[in-house]
Amino acid sequence: MPNPFAIQTSEKDGLSIITLEGFVDAHTAPQFENAIQSEIEAGRNRVIVNCEKLNYISSAGLGVFMSFIEEVREIGGDIKICGLTPKVKHTFEILGFQDIFEMLDDQPTAVQRFNAS
Amino acid sequence: MSSVERKFTLQVPSSTENLALIREFVTSVGAQAGLDESGVAQLELAVDEACANVIEHAYGHDTTKEVMVRAVFDDESLRISVIDEGRGFDPNKVQQETVEQLVHERKSGGLGIRLIKTLMDEVSYEIVPGQKNELHMTKRIKK
Repeated sequence: MPNPFAIQTSEKDGLSIITLEGFVDAHTAPQFENAIQSEIEAGRNRVIVNCEKLNYISSAGLGVFMSFIEEVREIGGDIKICGLTPKVKHTFEILGFQDIFEMLDDQPTAVQRFNAS
Repeated sequence: MSSVERKFTLQVPSSTENLALIREFVTSVGAQAGLDESGVAQLELAVDEACANVIEHAYGHDTTKEVMVRAVFDDESLRISVIDEGRGFDPNKVQQETVEQLVHERKSGGLGIRLIKTLMDEVSYEIVPGQKNELHMTKRIKK
């Protein structure tokens, strides 16, 4: 069996870090959606999604990124994605997500990008 | 000389919970058919998208219904059919919006069919709404 789905939210230096693990598909995407929604509702609109341990994503997961990004940017925040494995990164790139989202190699780089902006 | 065909079928209740099982099935068949790692990953995603569409749209999350995935391969290609008896729709008639448009409209859906068409070599449909809908997808096996 593939790694099970897990999601963790933490806060570091005023940034929300959502860590995804395992797979995000139509079954698990609602939990990811709730996690981002909770951060926005709490006024935390600078979000890093750490995908180092994510080994699969379908369009249901990509759709979560897509549906929140405008709202977050409108209120001065952003969603940055980091640590994508080559397989998962390929899925993002098929749909041209690299033109819409900032995708960084790792979490420290994503934190730096937020601090620099 | 034509090679021997091998056939595999998986039938599961229509629940998103079973998508992981469907992915395991198709990755296993894809590897056995001789697809490379990238081909198996593309197959996994395309079939997941097709089955998620059936579970959510054709059956509206009715778990008493069933989704069938049929795989047939020979030396040249792997053909996958996703079969349901739900509300069929013609994906060719769905307006394809760009990702930028979908982002602007804050939509979370609309990507599945685009992915299927991008990932597979051939895609076709047989639709008889409420009776039987079949989505056929072909992946050529590179030697």
